[in-house]
Amino acid sequence: MITGCAFKFGSGISTDQIIPGRFAYLRSNLPELAKHAMEDADPTFVSRVKEGDFIVAGSNFGLGSSREHAPLVIKMAGVRAVLAKSVARIFFRNAINLGLPVLLCDTDSINQGDQLEIDLQAGTIRDITNDHRLTFAKIPGIMLQILNEGGLLPYLNKYGDFRLPAGR
Amino acid sequence: MASGLTVSKTSRTLAEKILSDKSGGAALAGDIVIAQVDLVFVQDTTGPLTVRQFQAAGFKHPASSIKAALFLDHAAPSPNRELADDHSFLRGFARQTGCFLSDVGDGICHQIVAESLARPGDLILGTDSHTVTAGGLGAFACGMGSTDGATALGLGKTWLRVPESIRVILSGRFPTGVYAKDLILYLIGRIGADGATYRALEFGGDTVSAMSIPERLTVSNMAVEAGAKVGLFPADAMTRDYLAAQGRVSDYRPLSPDRSAIYEDTIEINVTELEPMVSKPHTVDNTAPARELRGTEIQQVVIGTCTNGRLDDLAIAAKIMQGKQRCSRTRLVVAPASRGVLQAAAAPGYLQTLLEAGAVILPPGCGPCLGLHQGVLGAGENCLSTANRNFKGRMGNPDAFIYLGSPATAAATALRGEITDPRELL
Repeated sequence: MITGCAFKFGSGISTDQIIPGRFAYLRSNLPELAKHAMEDADPTFVSRVKEGDFIVAGSNFGLGSSREHAPLVIKMAGVRAVLAKSVARIFFRNAINLGLPVLLCDTDSINQGDQLEIDLQAGTIRDITNDHRLTFAKIPGIMLQILNEGGLLPYLNKYGDFRLPAGR
Repeated sequence: MASGLTVSKTSRTLAEKILSDKSGGAALAGDIVIAQVDLVFVQDTTGPLTVRQFQAAGFKHPASSIKAALFLDHAAPSPNRELADDHSFLRGFARQTGCFLSDVGDGICHQIVAESLARPGDLILGTDSHTVTAGGLGAFACGMGSTDGATALGLGKTWLRVPESIRVILSGRFPTGVYAKDLILYLIGRIGADGATYRALEFGGDTVSAMSIPERLTVSNMAVEAGAKVGLFPADAMTRDYLAAQGRVSDYRPLSPDRSAIYEDTIEINVTELEPMVSKPHTVDNTAPARELRGTEIQQVVIGTCTNGRLDDLAIAAKIMQGKQRCSRTRLVVAPASRGVLQAAAAPGYLQTLLEAGAVILPPGCGPCLGLHQGVLGAGENCLSTANRNFKGRMGNPDAFIYLGSPATAAATALRGEITDPRELL
């Protein structure tokens, strides 16, 4: 069970807004890079977000570049899950590979600042502020395994290779 | 008898065919497969993290079954010491592992992959979203992040969900002044920036056999701007001739979808009816005909990138600018996609024409496309670029505005200083 505050974003938030290309020179200095998380979508984000909070977005979150630094800086900023109506495919894989849950659900009912309580195993989200419950789409088998191990590197450390879950 | 199997083996999409081949079994849309990878490549802004993840996973050398390549193209030559250090780091990794290294000035990864590495039927992973470009040669080429790239580099394989395919059937002939870029901008405008998310876009129809490989590369390059995992063309006589011209005809193999392949959706486009298109700020699917944007003043025009930095693109621009001068209010920045393109553009006089028209010629590479250097925009400025992305902040300034168009639209716009339908100058 994880609890935190919702930071609401609209649809079509690109990787260029999540971590702009002009900061590419900081990609080998991750603590400095992470200070610019979400900068071109909301310049105040990093100063306001707290450990355990959530990004709650509309559709097609994370479109654009393959830069894994996008989910990486979101995670480093303290975000514990990204909730969106839909996400771009490369961002989706990258986030799961880093152990950052991406939960696909109807985010319209969640407002900026709402307190959320998420049960990853049960697949449920409770909006404490407006006393509303919602569910998120099941994460595909192999991605769920990777996520449960905390990311692709811990997964490979444990299994040594890709394993297709039964009943794929 | 076993009719299900028979049907599945004779009714496959291009994506299903290639992934069946690479996973050693019948791979159908929706399946999760583990597939052998032919080529893994990284570039200078995603490569350092890929190498660090590769090392953190305990790998020492790339899997012996794959080709591995490193490209220094996004920040080339390096604009600052941090990126210079990243370049040094990648050069060191290349020396240590024997990976193919493409250094500063050689050109953009996707162009060099097309010129010398990609083969029809290959599975290619690049830690760059425009890896899809090689789909123009019939390769299942898709972008991934650094950890996926590192894992594929070490294991020689990856997991993939076999995508459902959307068939795009092209008919007719491109009218004068209308190009492959206009086709892909039109398609993205029609289906939206997430219109093909998780899907393969597969191009077919009568028009395809007449489309050159550079044209196909332009279309495939932007498949990701509709969210697609790959943008695939069949491999045909045009593909064979292109490979033969590079001295690698033996890399050719014909590839086409089965006649009865099952598609999630079909989109028909008569290219005869298309006109020059432009994407307006700040999304690629925000399209309009160029003629409707007349009067929009442009302070910088960019011709180049992995979308439109090839020889044919420079030729189109040079033809329009021959003997003319750029508008004095409009800067013109030209970045050839590779050293080969730059060299080839000299002999027919394209470079000279563009220089005389007032262009700045940048070294082969990504140039100003992603906002690192070589043409960062000022606040409130408008740019018209032949690139593939116009996201807010893309060219280094969230207070600037980016329009996307073809090399012809770019050249016409540079001459007039405002967005111009190139047909007015042809």
